[in-house]
Amino acid sequence: MAVLTMAKAINDGLRAAMERDPKVLVMGEDVGKLGGVFRVTDGLQKDFGEQRVLDTPLAESGIIGTAVGLAIRGFRPVCEIQFDGFVFPGYDQIVSQLAKLHFRSQGKVPMPVVVRIPFGGGIGAVEHHSESPEALFAHVAGLKVVACSNADDAYWMIQQAIASDDPVIFFEPKRRYWDKAEVDVSATPPPLHTSRLVRPGSALTLVGYGPVLKTCLEAATAAAADGTELEVIDLRTLSPLDLDPVFDSVRRTGRLVVVAEAPSEVSVAAEVAARVQEQCFHSLEAPVLRVTGFDTPYPPSKCEEDFLPDLDRVLDAVDRSLGW
Amino acid sequence: MSVPQSWTPVTSADTAVPSHDQVVAGLKATDEGGADLVQLLTPEGERVTDPRFDRYAADIDLDTLKNLYRDMVLVRRFDREGNALQRQGQLGIWVPLLGQEAAQVGSGRALAPQDMAFPSYREHGVAWTRGVDPTDLLGIFRGTDHGTWDPIEKRFHLYTIVIGNQCLNATGYAMGQKFEGKVGDGSDAEATICYFGDGATSQGDVHEGFVWAAVYDAPVVFYCQNNQWAISEPTERQTRVPLYKRAQGYGFPGIRVDGNDVLACLAVTRWALEECRTGNGPVLVEAFTYRMDAHTTSDDPTRYRLADELELWKLKDPIERVRVNLVREHGVEQGFFDGIQAEADELAARFRQFCVDMPPPAPDRMFSKVYAEPSPTLEAQREAFLAYHASFEGA
Repeated sequence: MAVLTMAKAINDGLRAAMERDPKVLVMGEDVGKLGGVFRVTDGLQKDFGEQRVLDTPLAESGIIGTAVGLAIRGFRPVCEIQFDGFVFPGYDQIVSQLAKLHFRSQGKVPMPVVVRIPFGGGIGAVEHHSESPEALFAHVAGLKVVACSNADDAYWMIQQAIASDDPVIFFEPKRRYWDKAEVDVSATPPPLHTSRLVRPGSALTLVGYGPVLKTCLEAATAAAADGTELEVIDLRTLSPLDLDPVFDSVRRTGRLVVVAEAPSEVSVAAEVAARVQEQCFHSLEAPVLRVTGFDTPYPPSKCEEDFLPDLDRVLDAVDRSLGW
Repeated sequence: MSVPQSWTPVTSADTAVPSHDQVVAGLKATDEGGADLVQLLTPEGERVTDPRFDRYAADIDLDTLKNLYRDMVLVRRFDREGNALQRQGQLGIWVPLLGQEAAQVGSGRALAPQDMAFPSYREHGVAWTRGVDPTDLLGIFRGTDHGTWDPIEKRFHLYTIVIGNQCLNATGYAMGQKFEGKVGDGSDAEATICYFGDGATSQGDVHEGFVWAAVYDAPVVFYCQNNQWAISEPTERQTRVPLYKRAQGYGFPGIRVDGNDVLACLAVTRWALEECRTGNGPVLVEAFTYRMDAHTTSDDPTRYRLADELELWKLKDPIERVRVNLVREHGVEQGFFDGIQAEADELAARFRQFCVDMPPPAPDRMFSKVYAEPSPTLEAQREAFLAYHASFEGA
């Protein structure tokens, strides 16, 4: 058992995957000598060489488009997009080629490519460095989308994503990169596309993923001090969603609050709410509520405290649900 | 009327911005031949020499030339059948290659078995040279699938419809060839060829492909068929300078070949592939040709170009010049040509019959192979749809 930051846990996961399979490549801007702007790929180029850890030209379509070609050749590229807001030049290649080649070829050309994207706000950054575009990927058939929330999951999930024969968009909550947690490198991890009940409770179900999971757990701790036990579920997989644990929970608690940093309209949180009302209609004691970012562009950083779902906004929603 | 002088980007102040006439003159400067246009067979069917590229066509004997002729006639024949099948409602659309047979057959026949090709969506002639049966193309245009050949086995990727995307995919593949040590003097050396058109050269992905291929020394031949028209837009809507000259700015060679000359296309592509296989890639080849038919069967070229232009290009027909050469320089008898025509008609008949016999896809075809590892959500959707579908049985 080791205590690692999430950044180091992903680094260790990448290293393990690269040691296991010589076809695994890491590619992106500044991922080599610098080790990535968040140091997630620190030391990998030194140990695996420039043909396995590629400092690429500064072009996101190029990163994804060449990764697609390398995958056709039999490689398993892991692409780093430096920041969430920079993925869009690569979006065409992701949607038009990466997501569709397996279907287009009817399985003859698998696309085992991972696209790592540090996402979300809370770091006081300039524009385009704090976005949560996961719904734009979860909406695309052919892609799989996951978001880790802690170091232990990050260590395992990155390896599982690399081992997957489907393209996986891998969201890393950048404001949690330096949070430490115990990582059990000898454990048997749960399958990649499963959500996880992380704190049992009976009064209300709180569902989140990525950076807000910590906020959800803090809310549950605060509510417990008032005698209200919240059940917290970490979605982990955004496409496909694994909602059976959520349905089970809501059938017991009757109440659901979904938390996410992304804007609420047509979001992952909206999909969770829709599916829960389809499956748990007679169990619901209150409308499903969402606590999310607002439907604005990500604001200047001096506004982000108000934009991001925080402890008070989550507890406010919990109170509204319980008071229904 | 004086012919406008073409423009070159020099520093002399009064020519900083070219006139439209100067741009067009530059783009078509080699139209009738000229120092920069590689040609081994003139439109009149005369074999001419080229000091640089003759040796890449030195082994082309009469039988090989006959085979190239056969390739082009057969490809044109099933291409025409594709047009007819669309007009008769058997295909939703067809993308004709008429006029580009030499550019495609010449380059395709330059490939070694181990080389990889990335087509756009008009490369039926290249598909032919890779051993893809023409009937494997039909589903794309009939709407039953997206191409049924095995791209890995045939070393011919599936058609890419988003303009320019494949230039990056091809570059990545070529990088992989290099990473695997397949570049060099060995007999197992490999290269990649990437097909795209003049319109695609405006796409960012083509630019990025050039940049990436250059910085990684990727063994990729960028093979641009400049057929003069991107649907309705002429080449001067894409560029000020002839396209082959762009390569210089990226740091690799660019060359313009007569795209209606199958021998020149074969020789130049052989050279370009050899450069790539031996570590001197990438290379840009501009095959200067003409789209003699519409962009697709949905297009109407009479709205944007003059019939005179087509008539001029008919005089440079890629097949006719080979036929003339076979007759005049090799004394090939009419019986040979009749035999090829009969074979072409048989191919077209088989192509047609296959098309009309194609069954519609199964109702749950759309759910097939979306993922390598099934998605439970999608599986549930498929089951619900099939149950719904079954509820109509017997109704």
